[in-house]
Amino acid sequence: MLDSKVPVGPLAEKWSKHKFNLKLVNPANKRKYTIIVVGTGLAGSSAAASLAELGYNVKAFCYQDSPRRAHSIAAQGGINAAKNYQNDGDSVFRLFYDTIKGGDYRSREANVHRLAEVSVNIIDQCVAQGVPFAREYGGLLDNRSFGGAQVSRTFYARGQTGQQLLLGAYSALNRQINKGTVKMYNRHEMLDLVTIDGHARGIITRNMVTGAIESHEGHAVLLCTGGYGNVFFLSTNAMGCNVTASWRAHKRGALFANPCYTQIHPTCIPVTGDHQSKLTLMSESLRNDGRVWVPKTVELAQRLRKGELKIADIKEEDRDYYLERKYPSFGNLVPRDVASRNAKEVVDEGRGVGASGVAVFLDFEDAIKRLGEDAVRAKYGNLFDMYYQITDENPYKQPMRIYPAVHYTMGGVWVDYNLMTSVPGLYALGECNFSDHGANRLGASALMQGLADGYFVIPYTVGDYLAGLGFAPVDKNHPNFESTRKAVEERVHKLLSLKGNKTVDDIHKKLGHIMWEYCGMARNEAGLTKAKGLIQELRKEFWNDVTVLGENEEMNQSLEKAGRVADFLELGELMVDDALNRRESCGGHFREESQTDEGEAKRDDENFSYVSAWEYKGDNQPEVLHKEVLEFENVKLTQRSYK
Amino acid sequence: MSGNMNLTLKVWRQKNDNTRGKFVTYQANGISPDMSFLEMLDVVNEDLVRKGEDPIHFDHDCREGICGMCSLHINGRPHGPKQGTTTCQLHMRSFHDGQTVVIEPWRAAAFPVIKDLAVDRSAFDRIQQAGGYVNVNTGGVPDANVIPIPKIIADEAFESATCIGCGACVAACKNASAMLFVSAKISQYALLPQGQTERYSRAQAMVAQMDAEGFGSCTNTGACEAECPVGIKLTNIARMNREYLNAKIFKEIEVH
Repeated sequence: MLDSKVPVGPLAEKWSKHKFNLKLVNPANKRKYTIIVVGTGLAGSSAAASLAELGYNVKAFCYQDSPRRAHSIAAQGGINAAKNYQNDGDSVFRLFYDTIKGGDYRSREANVHRLAEVSVNIIDQCVAQGVPFAREYGGLLDNRSFGGAQVSRTFYARGQTGQQLLLGAYSALNRQINKGTVKMYNRHEMLDLVTIDGHARGIITRNMVTGAIESHEGHAVLLCTGGYGNVFFLSTNAMGCNVTASWRAHKRGALFANPCYTQIHPTCIPVTGDHQSKLTLMSESLRNDGRVWVPKTVELAQRLRKGELKIADIKEEDRDYYLERKYPSFGNLVPRDVASRNAKEVVDEGRGVGASGVAVFLDFEDAIKRLGEDAVRAKYGNLFDMYYQITDENPYKQPMRIYPAVHYTMGGVWVDYNLMTSVPGLYALGECNFSDHGANRLGASALMQGLADGYFVIPYTVGDYLAGLGFAPVDKNHPNFESTRKAVEERVHKLLSLKGNKTVDDIHKKLGHIMWEYCGMARNEAGLTKAKGLIQELRKEFWNDVTVLGENEEMNQSLEKAGRVADFLELGELMVDDALNRRESCGGHFREESQTDEGEAKRDDENFSYVSAWEYKGDNQPEVLHKEVLEFENVKLTQRSYK
Repeated sequence: MSGNMNLTLKVWRQKNDNTRGKFVTYQANGISPDMSFLEMLDVVNEDLVRKGEDPIHFDHDCREGICGMCSLHINGRPHGPKQGTTTCQLHMRSFHDGQTVVIEPWRAAAFPVIKDLAVDRSAFDRIQQAGGYVNVNTGGVPDANVIPIPKIIADEAFESATCIGCGACVAACKNASAMLFVSAKISQYALLPQGQTERYSRAQAMVAQMDAEGFGSCTNTGACEAECPVGIKLTNIARMNREYLNAKIFKEIEVH
């Protein structure tokens, strides 16, 4: 039975009471504990810095050449906080409510409320670090509104909010590295988890420069390794983003929750050809001023695609601003899943634009008329430049073409209220866990969650576990270190022995096609069943026919890629299993069999108001489903409506 | 938009820091102008792997121009021919059919080659560790709106803070100086009220680490500014020099 360890009592008091009830580690004893932090994005950097400040020994790991490169850096739009600086009716409860509703009632009330509570501290912390948020002329912080909300609670730093927040956390991390309280390991990739008597006690890493396979021991291990969107090959994730750390932990006993909940972000630059290596997102803040439309008829769309018509030739009355038409109260600011599905719908109808027809317009003509080009440039300049750079089309002169792309994964490693996984001593923070966004994440909430977990949750909860351990150092001579290290070495050598005819990317691209086609924006029983078989075959093809070059004892990007794709090939099947099991639609998971008369996602609260947490049972064995029933005491479950 | 192109690449290949490197010539055929430069290298690498040859190693990650991990000296210019652009955001439409493209790693003593085009930029991290922060712990900080910051100051601090730490400034400089990189961080904090209490010790610590890493001196040529993909201004260096000079004079009165 899964115990979420949510404290009893009124919602708004849970976290305060819980903090009081958590055991503390005496300041003089903290240095006797070592905490391993894997990943240095917002969650990892903030956790490593905050824990080191408290006095713990921290070892931090990242696969990039510097902790500052983690993909949190690419978040553009902003970070939510219930500051109510705008006097527009925001509150902790409203942020909580919006997040629960936005997640289509598939997240834990207590976690989400805590997130909303600490959101206000995050902004204070970042400002104190010298993060240059956007400001008003009076010198106070500026806010903007974001999808899924009717208040302005999003703090931002032009279109580079993630960069500025990450550099803030990186600076806090650097301060601790300088003090010697954090030992930083760049270009190290975690390849396995070491458990002793069922507790997490260390990790095995590969030094990506020398190939050395190393053991690292610690009293607790924090996975802050991000999401698994790259299972789709094309996504807005960085090239190196992978599931390996979480997946290896999963195979060592950590349950994996809601893997089918993936977010397809509505405002990305459309695919241009087979050569494409990744997709580029443009902040959805663009939807504040941009209007989404396609031609009203298929015939007009066809003529536009063929170049018989220019965009300007399409009269105002022949343009279908379908989001404004269908959702008058939220308009272009409907949540991401709704915006994405509607784009797919109009494209499927044959009304898509651009040469491929797989895109819709995001038009700034009205905004430029209303505000002037300079004002639009001040707000979105870097996004417009990026679009221009990639597409060679000037968005000040003609509408952008956008299409949804895989962006974020709400699912992840299962954690309880303390962010501990089902393996004692192993924690998961940020996108890596499943906890706060339910079936769909609202814009500007990922940064909030990463920093909430790292700065304000884990420093309290990890102490409760450590306080019960005693001070004995972890036995690094325990045979499990050696046996796990050996298993990693064997796997590396097995990968290096593969000398087939396919490249790793060949297989990865195939996997991506399967996932996008059958486990993407819309899913159905037949498609998912087919996908399961296809993935199993593809996995065989990988182990029989892929080629991995070079040797271990060097920088070897073929080997790195191969290990990650091997894990994606296993995760992909679990995502499909999870999507098959969840015979309801909710948030980013749209089962075609379950929709309202208007074509909106239809939940089945009676049968599916639970978290699916999957237990690994061995290679090629079906995973076992555990259910954590979601209880809602403070919000009433309704069919989401953004009309 | 023109058709596909064929290019000749001269790529620096080097097994590791202890071996001598050399240029190797490759053909990149059927390259679409819509590809990014790194996607073009992906295509070349896929071919190499199919032939059983070790692919060209280069650093890259976000491919959105923000993480700072990609580098590459392309035809003698850091991040290639287009101004204000990282290599990952450089598209092949900036090249023409039949062109020869020379691709080298960053060349600087403080950035040793790891393999092929990937270099070790950990010197940058160590400079940041020496003082690139405000000494505040998590928690116990005042409300974010307690200290108003004039918009013009906040915006200027942002312009400095936008540095992506790629190292193009060092690669562009004939002396391999890191002054633009270091000054951007020192400027950010020198401008903001949060950075005031430690502005002098910070300037001294970061400059000392920069020197210890073996970066060269600044001769105000401005190549760094010209090649910076995110437009970090030379005025940051002027501000850093002022901070450093003031630090020498006022260090004593700073309270620790």
